[in-house]
Amino acid sequence: MDILRIATAGSVDDGKSTLIGRLLYETNSITKDKIEALESASKRKGLNFLDLSLLTDGLIAEREQGITIDVAHIYFSTPTRKYIIADTPGHIEYTRNMVTGASNAKVSLILVDARQGIVEQTARHLSIASLLRIPKVIICVNKMDLVQYQESKFNEIQDKLSDLVHKTTFQGQNVSYLPISSLFGQNITKQADEMPWFTGNTLLQELETFEFAETLAQAPARFPVQFVVRPMTEAYHDYRGYAGKISSGTFKVGDEIRVLPTGQTSTIATIEKFENSLDQAIAGESIVMTLSNDIDISRGNSIILASETNVPSLKDFSAHVCWLDHQALSAGKTYLLQHGIHTTKAKITQITERLDVTQQTSTNEVGQLNLNEIGKISLRTAQAISADIYAENPSNGSFILIDEFSNSTVGVGFVD
Amino acid sequence: MSTNMSAIHDKIGQFPRELEDESIYIMREVAAQFDRPALLFSGGKDSITLVRLAQKAFFPGKIPFPLVHIDTGHNFPETIEFRDWLVKETGAELIVRYVQDSIDQGKAKEESGKYASRNVLQTVTLLDTIEEFKFDACIGGARRDEEKARAKERIFSVRDDFGQWDAKRQRPELFDMLNGRISVGENVRVFPISNWTELDVWNYIKEEKMEIPSIYFAHQRQVIQRDGMLWADSEHLNKEADEIPFETTVRFRTVGDMTCTAAVSSTAVDINVIIEEILSAEISERGARIDDKRSEAAMEKRKQQGYF
Ligand SMILES: Nc1nc2c(ncn2[C@@H]2O[C@H](COP(=O)(O)OP(=O)(O)OP(=O)(O)O)[C@@H](O)[C@H]2O)c(=O)[nH]1
Ligand SMILES: [Mg+2]
Repeated sequence: MDILRIATAGSVDDGKSTLIGRLLYETNSITKDKIEALESASKRKGLNFLDLSLLTDGLIAEREQGITIDVAHIYFSTPTRKYIIADTPGHIEYTRNMVTGASNAKVSLILVDARQGIVEQTARHLSIASLLRIPKVIICVNKMDLVQYQESKFNEIQDKLSDLVHKTTFQGQNVSYLPISSLFGQNITKQADEMPWFTGNTLLQELETFEFAETLAQAPARFPVQFVVRPMTEAYHDYRGYAGKISSGTFKVGDEIRVLPTGQTSTIATIEKFENSLDQAIAGESIVMTLSNDIDISRGNSIILASETNVPSLKDFSAHVCWLDHQALSAGKTYLLQHGIHTTKAKITQITERLDVTQQTSTNEVGQLNLNEIGKISLRTAQAISADIYAENPSNGSFILIDEFSNSTVGVGFVD
Repeated sequence: MSTNMSAIHDKIGQFPRELEDESIYIMREVAAQFDRPALLFSGGKDSITLVRLAQKAFFPGKIPFPLVHIDTGHNFPETIEFRDWLVKETGAELIVRYVQDSIDQGKAKEESGKYASRNVLQTVTLLDTIEEFKFDACIGGARRDEEKARAKERIFSVRDDFGQWDAKRQRPELFDMLNGRISVGENVRVFPISNWTELDVWNYIKEEKMEIPSIYFAHQRQVIQRDGMLWADSEHLNKEADEIPFETTVRFRTVGDMTCTAAVSSTAVDINVIIEEILSAEISERGARIDDKRSEAAMEKRKQQGYF
């Protein structure tokens, strides 16, 4: 059974949480006791209808302010697949939580208020979806009920957005438009009887028919070593297994491998998953690998195929970043860089560009990047990292920056 | 088979194996990133699943951290029996600390009245245990689908000196990169099965042919009827005069203390039937948790106090 991960996006109050609530409601994914709890919470707020945004806005502060503050993860399944939805906040202050939710998504639902059209957050979230290389974006023009379900209004927004979308999209990204009303359930799981002029898919149909070709297994083979298993028991006296989750590609028993950064080579003796021995394993699988000879490997090393000529090893490189901390990113500063499971120090040598999300233009050579800004930086790491270019192999091309003093995650980067 | 039942069968599907891969990855990150991790073991199906995942993550090595049980003294005897069996079976280390001791030391106060439970008190014992052993990471079996405050949790959830959760200050958590760096005094709660649903857990138990405590299956039990739920009768339950115990066939859908988990009427003795019952249930899993019913934000408030 496959899993499709989705994240919502769009400006504050555009109706993201209501949409997710509606989707779960119409697919009968909310149990009776939870509906009753929503009914009484809606009543307490003085509403005479069922406020479905309360399904994900579960924190006291969120209910008081009527906005989403942090990502909520919510689940439902159909006979086709299991869905994991990250309902993220639209408020600019909480962009870090939006990025958290979006980072694992295969589909981004970007909501736009039919009355207001494009706002800055629409542009920021489109930029983030493209930075993350989310393969499918569905632009949901919501609150169509408030513009009398007029086709002209929908077309107008679509026209205005097309220029921006043209600039942010990358090859292979699929962008579609959908007129909806989350409040009245138009075009969510049922055809919109109020909008007979729209003949496309409903939101649920779009999700159910989305095929994401898992290309990860075909990407170059990358296996970061997380943990060395050494039982040191009688039965497993000399056993040395390398545990980790394959980040991309395929490994087979008998493959010649190379360890990075040391460059040592060996052959795969076994691939194990608990008590089972496998002939091969692919991207996403958590396995234990043993090698034919004893070489020195520790946590943070990466295993690749020895046949590969293009060895990923970076020390001086450039990357795009999205900054997530109140304290600005400044050139010359040192951070901890975590690439997958490997952490090393990194110095930001230069901030080469800052992106203006609405115009999609850049300012060159800026001094700092502030909270929620996107830019391009040059950096140098203490130890080489075995990263690929993000666009070529996303699962091995991103990293996070950690503040050495607060220990907090302050930025996310994508290797150029 | 009626159409309704076949629709349900369609929904059961299989356990999505990628969830197991993700959880094992998280287990290994805990062992690698922390000096003194522990697995909080309650005896319920979620923590039993955690033990299974930990076993798989480090095989053929042993689980490299202890199981910690905060014993409220109000456990079902079947749970304790199962716990001791599992520890023997896996060779894991077990640490038990008692809420009764916290009460005796005057650190926690027993609740009174007919809804008295030790659910809230266990946080005191938990925080003391974390301090005693200097645990820097505690693995828990909370799932995001259980409850609306839990839906907001990170996988690595940083807690302050007092174990408190601050929803507004959670760290970004990107892709599968887990940042377990903490300052002195802070610790991390780790939730490896965050993305599993109740159904995923049951399908996993079924596919893995895992043992679970007998109370998850239908059995005869003395219960009382209160607030539309069936409460297990025991010496710990404060009954009112008109609450007269009677025997009936029940099972538990979620297992906490005898004083905070209600039973459901069921004759299911087979895991397939349990899964069917869950799929057609009108009530969510935590609908049977008396501890969640205290107020709209009961869970969030307990989490702020250091609950997991
Ligand atoms: N008329 C109308 N109102 C809607 C629709 N969708 C949402 N709303 C209302 O818009 C308001 C905001 O909805 P939310 O779902 O909380 O918006 P959100 O995008 O999740 O907001 P944040 O998460 O805080 O960014 C609520 O009062 C909703 O009832 C719609 O389709 N039509
Ligand atoms: Mg919202």
